[in-house]
Amino acid sequence: MMEHLSLSHFLVVGGLLFCFGLMTVLTRRNAVAMLMGIELILNGANVNLVAFNHYAAGGLSGQIFALFVIVLAAAEAAVGLAIILAIYQMIRNIDTANIASLRQ
Amino acid sequence: MEHALQNLSPLAVTPVDLLWLIPFFPLLGAAINATCGWWLQRKFGKPIIHIVAVGAMVLSFAAGCVAFAQMLSLPGEERFLQETLWTVLTAGPVHVDLAFALDPLGMMMVLVVTGIGTLIHIFSIGYMAEDPAYWRFFAYLNLFVFSMLLLVMGDNFVLMFFGWEGVGLCSYLLIAFWYTDPAKAAAGMKAFVVNRIGDFGFIVGLFLLFWGLGGAWQGLPGGKLTYQPMVAGQQLRVFAATASTDGETAAQQEVVIEMGPTLNFRQLRDQVVVKATGVAERLKHQKLFGFSLLAIVGILLFVGAMGKSAQLPLSVWLPDAMAGPTPVSALIHAATMVTAGVYMVARLNFIFALSPTAMGWVALIGALTALFGASIGFFQYDIKKVLAYSTVSQLGFMFIGVGVGAYWAGAYHLLTHAFFKAALFLGSGSVILACHHEQDMRKMGGLGKLMPITQKTYLWACIAIAGFPIASGFYSKDEILWKAFSQQHLAFLGMPAAWLGPLIYCIGIITATGTAFYMFRSYYMTFTGEYRGGHGHSDGHGDAHAHDHTPKESPTSITSVLVVLASGAVLASLIGLPASWTHRPPILEHFLEPSLPAAVEFAEHPHWMEWFFQLLGASAAAIGWLFARSLYLDGKSPVPGQLLLRWKRAWTVVYNKYYLDEIYQATVVRGSLVFARILSWIDSRLVDGAVNLAGAVTRLFANLDGAIDTYLVDGAVNLVANSTIAAGRGLRRVQTGRIQTYLYGALAGALVIVLLNFLIK
Repeated sequence: MMEHLSLSHFLVVGGLLFCFGLMTVLTRRNAVAMLMGIELILNGANVNLVAFNHYAAGGLSGQIFALFVIVLAAAEAAVGLAIILAIYQMIRNIDTANIASLRQ
Repeated sequence: MEHALQNLSPLAVTPVDLLWLIPFFPLLGAAINATCGWWLQRKFGKPIIHIVAVGAMVLSFAAGCVAFAQMLSLPGEERFLQETLWTVLTAGPVHVDLAFALDPLGMMMVLVVTGIGTLIHIFSIGYMAEDPAYWRFFAYLNLFVFSMLLLVMGDNFVLMFFGWEGVGLCSYLLIAFWYTDPAKAAAGMKAFVVNRIGDFGFIVGLFLLFWGLGGAWQGLPGGKLTYQPMVAGQQLRVFAATASTDGETAAQQEVVIEMGPTLNFRQLRDQVVVKATGVAERLKHQKLFGFSLLAIVGILLFVGAMGKSAQLPLSVWLPDAMAGPTPVSALIHAATMVTAGVYMVARLNFIFALSPTAMGWVALIGALTALFGASIGFFQYDIKKVLAYSTVSQLGFMFIGVGVGAYWAGAYHLLTHAFFKAALFLGSGSVILACHHEQDMRKMGGLGKLMPITQKTYLWACIAIAGFPIASGFYSKDEILWKAFSQQHLAFLGMPAAWLGPLIYCIGIITATGTAFYMFRSYYMTFTGEYRGGHGHSDGHGDAHAHDHTPKESPTSITSVLVVLASGAVLASLIGLPASWTHRPPILEHFLEPSLPAAVEFAEHPHWMEWFFQLLGASAAAIGWLFARSLYLDGKSPVPGQLLLRWKRAWTVVYNKYYLDEIYQATVVRGSLVFARILSWIDSRLVDGAVNLAGAVTRLFANLDGAIDTYLVDGAVNLVANSTIAAGRGLRRVQTGRIQTYLYGALAGALVIVLLNFLIK
């Protein structure tokens, strides 16, 4: 079964994931939704890492990278959510259009 | 003229170390009263002030007496006390020491200044008792005495000039003592300004003399000039006559004389008097612009004396100076300061004697002034004005004396005048005080009964000034007139003028008659008849009030001084008894001889002529007295009033002092005002115009420079700043704060890179 699946399949999936994530981040105003978009982008990249490792490089370094990314994404999500919560407590809103007080 | 100066030896100097005390005490008194007088007066009352001032004067007089005793103990030729304190300045040939010197002439002046000064200080205690600025008055008085002593005792011209200016200053301060009255303040300024004019002549004469002594450009036949320098400090060994011990035979002896330009009186005298130096001969032939240098020097120095001693035409300040308190008039404007000019001429007798023209000038001006002053004195009603013009007139007599070469007689008249004029002034002060500062004699009269001491002293002083042989004025005046008549020395404008002597004598004898007349006129108007004051008293009090103020005799501090001065006026005759009476030279002449080396030629006249002239002098006094008595005794005679009506016009001219003040006003004052206005115009138009032009040009350049700065330099700087701001403003739009925008940007950038990657590859 693995023979049917080539590298390009994985790359397409990773590209789609990246594009979806990018679309989410670009279009959604909700900060939580944007965080979710970022997770998608990161996971798109993870797919690529694992796929390239499997088909091109060999070894385990791609997987290890992916694991690191996942850990980092978790940490990033935790920090991001904490920021969002703090912002929410301050302005009772998490719409990014309203959060522009650092502009000046 | 050839023998104008005997060949004499240089002065023998006797160093003394107490001379500085004489001027020091008045200076100290003035310093104390001027600096803390106001405090002392408030704290301890007025007595402390006059204790300081009078004490200083008494000490000064005592020091003068000690010096006098010392001088008397020396032989005649060595009577020159000298003390050098320190050197003031040395610059090239100018060498000035702070040094004091006393020769017999200076000694006489010192005794007059300190002695009569002390008496007048005592008088002032009573006279100024009511004045709030008591301390100021005594500070000025002491300062004046200090300046006068400096003038008299200064060993050189510089110190003399310092004192000369100092007395002028004090005169100004004291005339304008009641400075709140504009008229009095103006009188003070007038005195000062007129004196300054005289001082200018004095100092120019001084410079010329200094220049002349230093050698000068002299014409040689052939139109060439040669310069003969004389260096200061150069010493010359010459043979000069020195009196041997018995005083009979003159021996030739080698002496050393300092040559060259000098400001020192003694060195000047030695140079001029010792014939072997040739200085006298050289000075005589020195010319300046074709005129004899000595004549110019003499006349210019005399201009200084004219200012100080109120001679025509600089006499105008003295009558106005009567605005000052009466003791001031007595001290400064009768006894001491005004005689400074006479003293100076007598002091420089050896210079004046070399120039008959200058001497003739001095004598002639003196005679004219004497007549002028006396004639105005006839018609004045203000008692102090009468005395003021009398002073002008008597100063004229003194100048006749020193002018014709009778230096000792001029000095003697100075001495006697100091006594009787001080007595007269202080007597008038006593009267004025009693009449509550009324000075008009028409409102006096009958005071003899009320103030017997004042009346008697005034009478004796009148007798002295009028020239009755029982008092001193006769002897001095007679000697002056006799010497004027017999002079053979004077020249008029460079030509020998034997006629000048008799002319001056005639003027003098007429003046003497007039003197007796106006003095007794003032005496009779003031002291005889009925008291005319009390009614119509002009100070606004009611009649009843004025009646309470019937004049009464002044306090003892005033009357005692009057008595001393009046007795001095009588007793001073003892030192001047003429040689024709006693067959030996008068005491004062003998005493002053060492100071007056200039021997001027006089004609020999038989003794009977001298007696005859003395008789003439006495009868002149008697005539004047009888006229005054017949016209003014008891104020009853109607004749003065009738004469006044008949000669109204002449009277008006004389009463207004020949309009001298008005002439001054029209010429000098107006002239200087016009001159000032022209200068002001030049200043405001031309000078200011130039200045303003320079200012405008500068401003123009400054504006230009400013514009460059504002528009070019600042513009560039602002352009940078503004464009930065504009750029910032534009770029700020990019910073929306919306995360999506940034992400679109990032995406766009990534796409561009990707596209470029494709395009370039």
